[in-house]
Amino acid sequence: MSLLCAESPGVLDLLEGAGLELLWHPALSAATGGEVRALLAQVESGALPLDILCVEGSILRGPNGTGRFQMLSGTGRSMLDWVTSLAAKARHVVAVGTCATYGGVTSAGENPADAVGVQYEGVEMGGALSRDFRSGSGMPVINVAGCPTHPDWVTETLLLLASDQLDQAGLDGYGRPRFYADHLVHHACPKNEFYEYKASATNLSEGGCMMEHLGCVGTQAVGDCNIRTWNGEGSCTRAGYPCINCTAPEFEEPGHGFTETPKFAGIPVGLPTDMPKAWFMALASLSKAATPRRVRENAVADRLVVPPSLRKPKS
Amino acid sequence: MSERNLLVGPFNRVEGDLELRLEVDAGQVRAAYANSPLFRGFERMMIGKDPRDALTITPRICGICSISQSAAAAIALADAAGVRPTPEGEKVAALLHAVENLADHVTHFNLFFMPDFAKPGYAGRDWFDAAVARFTAGKGSSLRRAIDARAQLLHIVGLLGGKWPHTLAIQPGGVTRAPSARDLIRIGTSLRAFRRYLEEQLFGAPLEAFLSLGTGDQAANWTTGDAGFFMTIAADLDLQALGRGRGRYMSFGAYPMRDGPLFAPGLWRDGARHDIDHAAIAEDLSHAWMLGETAHPTRAETLPDAAMSGPAYSWCKAPRLAGETVEVGALARQILDGHPLALSLAEEGSVRARILGRLLEIARSQLVLEELLSSINPAGKFMDQVTIPHDGTGVGLVEAARGSLGHWLRIEDGKIASYQIIAPTTWNFSPRDSAGIPGPVEGSLVGAAVGDDEDTPLSVQHIVRSYDPCMVCTVH
Repeated sequence: MSLLCAESPGVLDLLEGAGLELLWHPALSAATGGEVRALLAQVESGALPLDILCVEGSILRGPNGTGRFQMLSGTGRSMLDWVTSLAAKARHVVAVGTCATYGGVTSAGENPADAVGVQYEGVEMGGALSRDFRSGSGMPVINVAGCPTHPDWVTETLLLLASDQLDQAGLDGYGRPRFYADHLVHHACPKNEFYEYKASATNLSEGGCMMEHLGCVGTQAVGDCNIRTWNGEGSCTRAGYPCINCTAPEFEEPGHGFTETPKFAGIPVGLPTDMPKAWFMALASLSKAATPRRVRENAVADRLVVPPSLRKPKS
Repeated sequence: MSERNLLVGPFNRVEGDLELRLEVDAGQVRAAYANSPLFRGFERMMIGKDPRDALTITPRICGICSISQSAAAAIALADAAGVRPTPEGEKVAALLHAVENLADHVTHFNLFFMPDFAKPGYAGRDWFDAAVARFTAGKGSSLRRAIDARAQLLHIVGLLGGKWPHTLAIQPGGVTRAPSARDLIRIGTSLRAFRRYLEEQLFGAPLEAFLSLGTGDQAANWTTGDAGFFMTIAADLDLQALGRGRGRYMSFGAYPMRDGPLFAPGLWRDGARHDIDHAAIAEDLSHAWMLGETAHPTRAETLPDAAMSGPAYSWCKAPRLAGETVEVGALARQILDGHPLALSLAEEGSVRARILGRLLEIARSQLVLEELLSSINPAGKFMDQVTIPHDGTGVGLVEAARGSLGHWLRIEDGKIASYQIIAPTTWNFSPRDSAGIPGPVEGSLVGAAVGDDEDTPLSVQHIVRSYDPCMVCTVH
């Protein structure tokens, strides 16, 4: 439902303006029951071309590989069966949301329903569809990962596809569109100055950087969340809670609490991926020593308490 | 026409997956069976995790009632810790939650419910051309206006909660972002814009005028806005006689505050308000594909029956209060809060009553939000640090848009040992119980008219959608 939050213009105008005709959407379309079954039959027979198949939600293989934990109502067939069948007819297949891309939260814990993504099971390729699957366009499944997805990630992916401007080179190593996946959540995070000085928040609700103590992985997580922002001017870090890497496979099982940073000998594990650890440590200790009082105090306050000092222009 | 069976699905414009099996006799539904054909297993996933992880995982049960799940989890954890959020934090949590509920109601009316009246089956009715222009699925003018207004309203969640859905801002001790005076001013502008949408489009009049309606008959004379348009249709199609319930309603009470919730809790039974006996809540498994016995959620388990053996026909458990079904949702909430219009609709309990209950709550929620906003003190403390106990139990009872939502949590050795959830639609769309009593929606469907040429009856669609089911929460 995050898609409904698309703005300027709204989702209906966005799709319509790009010449995208919605054949059927479970929340938006008029057709119910028999009308939908007839439409699906037309797609399966090839009478009705299917340009883009969008799949939301993980695909359940349980119990015992039958897929019967998730039946498409009124059809007597599992979603696993339907996705396999419809994907074979589609020019493009788009998985929307981290459950559909990699299994996501629905595959957490003991994964009682045996949930997988459309073409991935966690980080491994091969989900409901095999790793070799290619849609009519020759592309693998396009993974608009995010929990939730930003509405623009979905609409812009669809618009790029509709204008033939998204090819395999436009996807990253996990099948995510690079227009948003080449950015890190860290980019444009308003806590960047705190990060520079390793001025850390010690508790949720404090202003400082959440990497050292509160589990924030914005320096490693892909997404332009802080560049384009959400629902107006929002983002996770702007609201005072950490990035949990929801665009990534297996984010649902970090191996520690979501809001705590695992440490080894007092040093956070999982430092930025493309920076040598020794350099990071050296810079961190230098910058910690150089932290201005303003940054240090604001880091542990629940609102800005020390403003920037004013400097008069040189006359 | 002779007897026949119908299998209705895929059932869209409800949240999630629903399949109905209908026994039709002499042009009427004789019996209905509601199947939730999806099993998800969130309760099982939680076991062994850090209790605080519930705040991240449970909101992801649902892309539409996400904040309700956040609120229930946060309250359950606070209960386990024996604390309450700070007063200002409690207000912001309520504000976030009420925005979601309000947005959900507007989505339901415009996107899920009204488009059925623009279907060809109603061609020739006086109001049909207007219904097509205003409510054609994916196109109608009212629906477009509603989507835009809703997206703007959710800027409040963007600002205070980072994003919608799946915020982590609501915590046992309060909320993670302390709003400044400037933030509150900005939220005020969003609320005023939403009031403008409601007064220009949905009600076509000041909210206070709609709120002064005291009876269903007075409401029947409401003519302005999309609400008035609905009343015209409701009168023509006799929606006050369609899909009637059993007249038993429950609300856990909405938006907890220091001096009690803003919408009062209770049970409505035999035409009067009673306190809820929470110990009398139990989930019956006789007709769910679940193993185990009927139990209170503090003692229950979630053991799916992979064999999917009969007589079960749904993944939905059947919650009962003292052995009885209860209906939950906006109508129930407004009845138990004692609003005169809702009270006058309690016995009617029809499609019309449920939609009117929701419209009433839309108007009241706007006022609640305005009052909450003006009461927030930006200089106050918005969050306390809370230590979750190593062992303990907690309960989080809230009101989601669709009704009463409960989280029951047990912590052992610092880990979640049990996590049970009863969602609103689990109450409304439950299957039969061991006494053979159908769930609320199954009961409401009996008697619905089915045309000889219909395989997906319109009357059935109106009844089902009047409950605003959220099937993904149902089967969590």
